[in-house]
Amino acid sequence: MREPILTARDVTREYAPGQGCLGVSLDVWPGEVLGIVGESGSGKSTLLRLLSGQESPDSGTLQFIDRHQTVWDLCSSSESDLRYLGRTEFGIIHQNPRDGLRLRISAGGNIGERLMGVGERHYGDIRAEAEKWLAEVEIDPSRIDDRPAVFSGGMQQRLQIARNLVTHPKLVFMDEPTGGLDVSVQAKLLDTLKRLVHDLGISVVIVTHDMGVARLLADRLLVMKSGQVIESGLTDQVLDDPHAAYTQQLVASILQVN
Amino acid sequence: MSELTGYNFAYLDEQTKRMIRRGLLKAVAVPGLQVPFGGREMPLPYGWGTGGIQVTAAIIGDDDCLKVIDQGADDTTNAVSIRRFFAKTAQVATTEVTEDASIIQTRHRIPETPLVSGQILVYQVPIPEPLRFIEPRETETRKMHALSEYGVMHVKLYEDIAQFGQIATAYAYPVMVNGRYVMDPSPIPKFDNPKMHQNPALQLFGAGREKRLYAVPPYTDVVSLDFEDHPFEIQRWDGVCELCGADDTFLDEVVVDDQGARMFVCSDTHHCRSRRGEDA
Repeated sequence: MREPILTARDVTREYAPGQGCLGVSLDVWPGEVLGIVGESGSGKSTLLRLLSGQESPDSGTLQFIDRHQTVWDLCSSSESDLRYLGRTEFGIIHQNPRDGLRLRISAGGNIGERLMGVGERHYGDIRAEAEKWLAEVEIDPSRIDDRPAVFSGGMQQRLQIARNLVTHPKLVFMDEPTGGLDVSVQAKLLDTLKRLVHDLGISVVIVTHDMGVARLLADRLLVMKSGQVIESGLTDQVLDDPHAAYTQQLVASILQVN
Repeated sequence: MSELTGYNFAYLDEQTKRMIRRGLLKAVAVPGLQVPFGGREMPLPYGWGTGGIQVTAAIIGDDDCLKVIDQGADDTTNAVSIRRFFAKTAQVATTEVTEDASIIQTRHRIPETPLVSGQILVYQVPIPEPLRFIEPRETETRKMHALSEYGVMHVKLYEDIAQFGQIATAYAYPVMVNGRYVMDPSPIPKFDNPKMHQNPALQLFGAGREKRLYAVPPYTDVVSLDFEDHPFEIQRWDGVCELCGADDTFLDEVVVDDQGARMFVCSDTHHCRSRRGEDA
């Protein structure tokens, strides 16, 4: 039926021999959440940067199909095209919200920046949209003029999500979105994310080392080790019936609280 | 004024002037683009007009007539000093009359008298980069200019309205030049922004500390950024100039005694004086 919106074939980026991301192939389908799990240094974040065009691969091909069915070859696109895609089609949610927010600009300005970046020039509309999105991520809209610096960690992360989703991107990349948050805030954030992803029908590539997050959010899972994908499949399948020795260890390492 | 020996015409050596002229040609060719140049040490501190004075030195000739204003006034320290500097080093004629000047070096005002074709307005610029407030990295701001990524300029205006209910930026109000580059018009009041649009005079900008040149050629579109529902507006005053009675000029508030008494007068001294018939 439909085509994958992002197709990667043999994507390689080596920082040193054997380090980085080695010959990874994957597809991201419309509306699905693809989880990437693996240990530190296994190339998860590198893969995410490659997929989102923040870094270009040494070899391999990357193809993206945007909302107008235009096919982009991300490896040969110009920097200006990649930045355009980054503003319109992609969303990038950093682990540390301080990397993804402008801390000296009010929450409303943070959400409005992407709108203004794609040419919105009506103050009233921008503000209404910002209020709507604050409510959407469960931040009190009366805090629209507060700077993110005075927000709690969980609120900053939710603001970062609102700021990315305001232009309705087709594909959102998340790098450990729940890292550094306490468990109850994590749960709330995951609820919000799950709802938004479902409602908007966006595709998500999420990098995490938290198996709980992966099980809750991801439809499909890739397991990475030493820069390569060693196992992939439906999340429940991978987590309930792991084949690779490393995946078995990984699953066994989840704390069972009974 | 007595001739100064031991210095080249207009203080700078010819090589430096050529270098600045090359930069100016590029700046005129690409309106609004910031062109780097090898700024020299000048015999006055940064922030006092080192950029403007180098541009003036590079373009001034024997037959030029120079006017220098500081916030519209011909008679303040900065204006008087720079005027005397060129009278001494280049033996050029100087004037306070806007119509008579071929080169006008200005610190943060555009004369009220409309400029004509053939005149050159030289601005002194402290911070040439309009994106600096939001992006401290020079590599990044250059990339943003190259790719016309100007969405963030409106973030500043958005913040103004969110905080003050209106666009509170009153000077250094960002403009779009020739539909391509966003430019900092130097800290002129936004009252003067409309005068830059389609101006018959050549407008040159020099930033000495940041070592950047940029230009607006004659008859170029200069549009102030704004929102559809918060259009660009210039300042208005309730009163009129208390010396000449003008109601359409930029007014300065002047404290006149130690009892707190104050009056509003034209900031452009030549314009005010000529309206009162005191012009020589």
